Amino acid sequence: MSEPSAAPVAAKTFGVTIEKLCKSFNGTAVLKDVSLEVRPGEIFVIMGPSGSGKSVLLRHIAGLDQPTSGRVFIGDFDAADARTRARVRLALVFQAGALFNSMSVYDNLALYLREHRLYNEAGIRERVMQALQILSLAKAADKYPGELSGGMKKRVSIARALVMEPELLLYDEPTSELDPVMAATIIEIIAALRRHTAVTSLVVTHDRALALTIADRMAILMDGRICAIGRPAEFEHPTDPAIANFLNPTIDLEHPRFKQLENDHE
Amino acid sequence: MKQLTVIFECIGSTVLLAVRAARYAGTLPRQFPRFIEQCYLIGYTTLPIVTILSFFIGAVLALQSGYSMENYGTKQFIGTLVGLSLVRELGPVMVAILVTGRVGSAITAELASMKVYQEIDALVTMDIPPERMLVLPRLVAVLVMMPVLTIIADLCGWYGGALICKYSAFISIEPDTYFAALKRYMEVKDVCDGLIKAEVFGFAVVLVCCNIGLKTRGGPREIGASVTKAVVTSLIIILVLDYFVTKALL
Repeated sequence: MSEPSAAPVAAKTFGVTIEKLCKSFNGTAVLKDVSLEVRPGEIFVIMGPSGSGKSVLLRHIAGLDQPTSGRVFIGDFDAADARTRARVRLALVFQAGALFNSMSVYDNLALYLREHRLYNEAGIRERVMQALQILSLAKAADKYPGELSGGMKKRVSIARALVMEPELLLYDEPTSELDPVMAATIIEIIAALRRHTAVTSLVVTHDRALALTIADRMAILMDGRICAIGRPAEFEHPTDPAIANFLNPTIDLEHPRFKQLENDHE
Repeated sequence: MKQLTVIFECIGSTVLLAVRAARYAGTLPRQFPRFIEQCYLIGYTTLPIVTILSFFIGAVLALQSGYSMENYGTKQFIGTLVGLSLVRELGPVMVAILVTGRVGSAITAELASMKVYQEIDALVTMDIPPERMLVLPRLVAVLVMMPVLTIIADLCGWYGGALICKYSAFISIEPDTYFAALKRYMEVKDVCDGLIKAEVFGFAVVLVCCNIGLKTRGGPREIGASVTKAVVTSLIIILVLDYFVTKALL
């Protein structure tokens, strides 16, 4: 992995403020009165078990979902307002990559720059190849997403975000479905990108190692509510039993539910 | 009552999609390669099936009308009947149905797949409106290609009829007589009316197919369901619009 010192530097970056955000789907509350603040330039990690509403929260910040009540601000701009996307350069690294399957890796990266006419074709080529080299993907430029492994897709997705020179970078489960080595690589990339671009990064994950390694601050989201916010060190010995069980799960094969399974099987 | 609400919601969202796409009309010059690609997909790839079907529809029409008109001694008007039927009604409707099956289904499948696999969400976060990149080039391409396909369908149908009239033993009309009858009663307005119909049908089909594709939710199974829904809805809309447009043009 080459050193990402050549990464483009964001001219400015934005913080995120979430005020009493509630979201329901068909009467089922997914987010319940969520409030938090992400400061400009920090890596903020939102952790929580599967189904706790992490990705829904991220979609609200990206402006992809409308809140049932409450508001989300990126800087001073309302995230639910479509015009915000023209004012804030926001990049979202999707859990499944969300690469454009009908385009090559190169075209996936070049799309944003072409559509917004930010550079001429030579300038676009230079930036795309630079991003691909940072993520060790230069040889994959002509491949199509269908020809890539899961880890490569994740890296292409990060490269696509990097090319945008984002002012706010969102990651949805960046290390899910990856082997430990690839997960460690992705963690290094996220940390290195922030170090070199100073862009606000908001990471949603249930990967404890990722959260404790790169977070400046982190929050725990459980059952649609923020249970705790603090620095990673504060979560090393949590006092709340639910948080402790989530962060340091113990495997108890003597638990009554397993005994019940055994009995059913017999 | 709930179904009525769903229908009105569907109509509303389809109209809204057209308005949103129209707002980006100014970006069309720089989307020229995309427009050309869509013209190729809508026009060129549909051409063989349009040619074959319209030729045989013209032939069958001549055969059926020749069989009936022989009894009344009005065989010399077969050219008029085939020509006007194709130009005013069968040409535009048949092309619209073929475009639905050949192109509309593909559009819905592509957009639904992009929606399910979050490619549309990725576009939105990049501030690239899907209406601009995915809908507008298709709408403009169908408006350009529908008249072309319809004229080709009309011509193939006429020639199919002419061939049958010449070589069918019980009709036996020379092409000169057939085309003279066709020209005698056909006006420019008839051709224009047919082309207007084709434009309306094509625009409606692509719009409906885009809207249903972009509204797909769920997993891969819903992609197939959306394609079926788009094709069925488009066919109904073609026939409903056919009545109203015909009434308006008469």
